[in-house]
Amino acid sequence: MNLNARIPEGPLREKWNRYKAEAKLINPSNRAKHKIIVVGTGLAGSSAAASLAELGFELEVFTFHDSPRRAHSVAAQGGVNAAKDYKNDGDSVWRMFHDTLKGGDFRAREANVYRLAECSASLIDQAVAQGVPFAREYGGHLSNRSFGGVQVSRTFYARGQTGQQLLLGAYQALMRQKGLKNLKLHSRHEMQELLLSEGRATGIIARNLDTGELSAHHADAVILATGGYGKIYYLSTLAMNCNASAIFRAYKQGAGFAAPSWTQFHPTSLPQMGSHQSKLTLMSESLRNDGRIWVPKQKDDQRKAADIPESERDYYLERRYPSYGNLAPRDIASRAALERIEAGYGVGPLKNAVYLDFSAALEKQGAELIAQRYGNLFEMYQKITGINAYQEAMLIAPAAHFSMGGLWVDYGLMSNLEGLFVLGEANFSDHGANRLGANSLLQACVDGYFIAPHSVMDFLARAGRVPITEERQAKAEVQIAKNAAQMEKLLAIKGQTTADEFHQELGHILYRKCGLKREKSLLLEAIEDLQKLKERFYNDLLVPGDQKGINFELEKAGRVADYLDLGILIAKDALQREESCGAHFRVEHQSGEGEAKRNDAEFQFVSVWAHQADGGAKLHKEALHFEEIKTSERSYK
Amino acid sequence: MKLTLNIWRQAGPQAKGKFERFSMDDFHPDMSVPEMLDHLNRNIMKKGGDPIAFESDCREGICGQCGFVLNGEAHGPGKRVSTCQTHLRSFKDGEELYLEPFRAGAFPIKKDLMIDRSALDRIISEGGFVSVNTGPAAEANSILVGHQDAEDAFDAAACIGCGACIAACPNASASLFTAAKISHLALVPQGQVERHQRVLSMTQQMDLEGFGACSLIGACEAACPQGIALEHIASMNREYRKAWWQKG
Repeated sequence: MNLNARIPEGPLREKWNRYKAEAKLINPSNRAKHKIIVVGTGLAGSSAAASLAELGFELEVFTFHDSPRRAHSVAAQGGVNAAKDYKNDGDSVWRMFHDTLKGGDFRAREANVYRLAECSASLIDQAVAQGVPFAREYGGHLSNRSFGGVQVSRTFYARGQTGQQLLLGAYQALMRQKGLKNLKLHSRHEMQELLLSEGRATGIIARNLDTGELSAHHADAVILATGGYGKIYYLSTLAMNCNASAIFRAYKQGAGFAAPSWTQFHPTSLPQMGSHQSKLTLMSESLRNDGRIWVPKQKDDQRKAADIPESERDYYLERRYPSYGNLAPRDIASRAALERIEAGYGVGPLKNAVYLDFSAALEKQGAELIAQRYGNLFEMYQKITGINAYQEAMLIAPAAHFSMGGLWVDYGLMSNLEGLFVLGEANFSDHGANRLGANSLLQACVDGYFIAPHSVMDFLARAGRVPITEERQAKAEVQIAKNAAQMEKLLAIKGQTTADEFHQELGHILYRKCGLKREKSLLLEAIEDLQKLKERFYNDLLVPGDQKGINFELEKAGRVADYLDLGILIAKDALQREESCGAHFRVEHQSGEGEAKRNDAEFQFVSVWAHQADGGAKLHKEALHFEEIKTSERSYK
Repeated sequence: MKLTLNIWRQAGPQAKGKFERFSMDDFHPDMSVPEMLDHLNRNIMKKGGDPIAFESDCREGICGQCGFVLNGEAHGPGKRVSTCQTHLRSFKDGEELYLEPFRAGAFPIKKDLMIDRSALDRIISEGGFVSVNTGPAAEANSILVGHQDAEDAFDAAACIGCGACIAACPNASASLFTAAKISHLALVPQGQVERHQRVLSMTQQMDLEGFGACSLIGACEAACPQGIALEHIASMNREYRKAWWQKG
């Protein structure tokens, strides 16, 4: 597997400009002769499709939703980071780069992270130009708040709906291009397979989810912007339909899958309340600006939060990490919560939560100011739990959230398969082993608005077009038949267990054996359990109906089938990494104080898995080199 | 908890629909309405039946994907909630519920509780944007927006595109949906240049899609999960008159 990251030569600060300067261009009048397929219409997909259509390329865009605006970027709450230094608090591109790299526990590519910080300011300019209603100060300037893992305020926000507002900006840009007939949009179409011609990605097979019809779509380049796969844990903060199928099927065709086991557990989700739940709802990290996290000092304290005096509360984040306190990064905050819960100090009806308490902030700043900052989050909390957080402390707990892992990409966001670009959460590139809050919206936007337009054009200029031959069409027909046969196989099992029930079991195994904490014996068990579950899946799956027309159960079954294989890959990846880094915490590798212990000598690399013909996976490594910074022990004390 | 559910079943856009009745006694009061349907569907499938087709994605009230008429009200009895934020604890044990799709001429029923809302996307395509390409935008703080204007623009921009306003309206008017976008962009400086053309094009598309006229009843505001105010429709009408006058 060729893992040349193709990072431009020269000093860190000049790499991106150099890349752009050296990128090949296509004459505006020739661009329409090149066709690009974009799969996914979240922030990364919509922004890339709109930007490339504006440049004049021919675009075909696919989403499995009924409208591009439903993509899960819409649910991001807290904000988007940018190194604007509007607060005069010492922020800079360099500081943001350093915070992000350190936040990821030095397991990301230096050049990519620097570029993310470098492009952040332009993203805010772009979004403001689109009319995104960011929060404003009274003088009309943009307002900022702080997020975990940093000591500056660089997060821009639109109340608790920043993802929605940024996505609508990108969606509107996309719909504008559609109105101008510069692109073709296929809603309710799900990608089934990637089409390759001599190793180059040249199209996809898509299924019309309303009619069941399979069709081949040919192009000169394919962009996957299909999001993350945290939903593999079943109970997660993700939307019900989030899945790994597009990237996993590309992996099966030869694309490298990088760091599959690096999944972030968000510390401020609502806790699980019972077995009927289908998902967990996130409460924005921004709440940690003013909310204080604690558990009672006494085990199994039956008193209400408000009745427990100050001296009997353990503000464990402030105790363990005095310099960052409640704004410790997510991996650390989540593990610290788990440590208290497992030690028997958990609160709530199932003793599986900790308190996020606003009483001090309410007293000091008043309810009106708190409502202005977090009003809709408090409202959401009440809608779900029926509890008024102005009067009672919130109950929160860690939940599966973001996948730092994804398809391997080079500096231009192209996978090891030529012509296959992977954007946003679907790729692995910028967050290392742990993502900082408010960096995911940023990465999705930067990938789509600013990187793909340059790198995709450069690729097309160098590689040229791929003629649609009879041979290509015939090969696609074979793929279509193969895909239909795979679905038929699932339909023919006619067992007793639904796809959702298998998914629930899969999530349960992963939470217990490959979740916030990992250890060798449990990981080996997880692989065995998953293999057994997979066997049962193919013997006892229940999918009603047929391939024609609307069949949600068939869609789910296909996604769970991929999740089962990905689950095994995740456990394998976690098993091989004999160190703790970021969100990947191996019990065997910790300091005396229970902090993650990295092993730079042996594990300063990104694992990249190659699919093997026998269904197995082979490990490749992309070594990480740090030229401008020195890796250090990651401390937030 | 026991509930009797009357659910709209319709095989396809042209098929004749009818209510089908289900009774189950092991619902949990903390289940959301989509979770209730998941539970019911599991039961239907295990008995060899065809599960109810419905859409639901984020299950936290922001994607706009879900939405049914529950006992005659779009998104059910709660105020400022979407269907996925409606929990069974809002109903009484033993209660009978009626679930129907959002109904409007411009929202053809695809199957059971699923509808086609692409008309809303086409309205946005006709001007629900600022015509700015990706590229060197001006420094963000060079465009000042007053605190209150930004808050008001946000209130309008918060629309999730679920279509409840249309389902609640006796005229099946899309005025609140369209007005929310027009208001959002009219309230910020970035939206000024195309302000007049925007309102003319978007309202024209709204009519072409077959949505009804607005008679300011206000059922839309009451059903809106984001609480988008009726006054945006008044602003849209004002914008329209100004644009029409200027056009001559």
